[in-house]
Amino acid sequence: MDKVKVKLFAAFRETVGQGELDWPLGPAQTAGELLDSLVGEYPGLAGGAKSALVMVNRRYATRQTALQPGDEVAFLPPVGGG
Amino acid sequence: MIIKITDQPLNLQELIDDVATEANGGVVAFLGVVRRWNDGPDGQPREVHWLEYEAYKDAAEEVMRDIARQVEEKWGLTSLAMAHRVGHLEIGDPAVGVAVGAPHRGIAFEACEYAIDTLKATVPIWKKESWETGAEAGQSWVVNKESAQPE
Repeated sequence: MDKVKVKLFAAFRETVGQGELDWPLGPAQTAGELLDSLVGEYPGLAGGAKSALVMVNRRYATRQTALQPGDEVAFLPPVGGG
Repeated sequence: MIIKITDQPLNLQELIDDVATEANGGVVAFLGVVRRWNDGPDGQPREVHWLEYEAYKDAAEEVMRDIARQVEEKWGLTSLAMAHRVGHLEIGDPAVGVAVGAPHRGIAFEACEYAIDTLKATVPIWKKESWETGAEAGQSWVVNKESAQPE
């Protein structure tokens, strides 16, 4: 089974209980589909998922971005730096 | 060019020194500091005890380098240095520093404002605030109103 590394931060990290997960990757799966599967496993993420920003390999991406095995996919709550 | 996320205390002079060149006649520096009062979701001010900053470090530094490239594209001959602290910060602790050097002050002011505004909207950093009012106390993740939104 192909996998990606999922990174979670701030409220998302607290909801899931860890900041990094190995997650199975389906064929031709997009970042948005992966987020849906995460919400299915961790329903606590549902409230924040709509406003989540997406990064793939440490670059901003969109829910339509197609994922490759081994990608680092991050779901980010709205940011609060500064 | 200093661009960094660090768990060490910030040194604004280090950023200023980094952008002070023979070509730059103006240096503008900004320091963002943890303040005692911050409005809660109801718009009422709450007393802040401390902030805890968390970053997606590698990605944050990458986005900060993007900001430096954007400044270079928009204004040409400029130098930018930027540092953001993570971890536990107390009232009065510097959280973010930006310094811009340019041949003339107008560009330096504009570019410095652009850099901090863009950082607050796009750099993947989060802060948890420990707060209290007369009646309640708690800890909350505080989001920037200028944060980027998903497409």
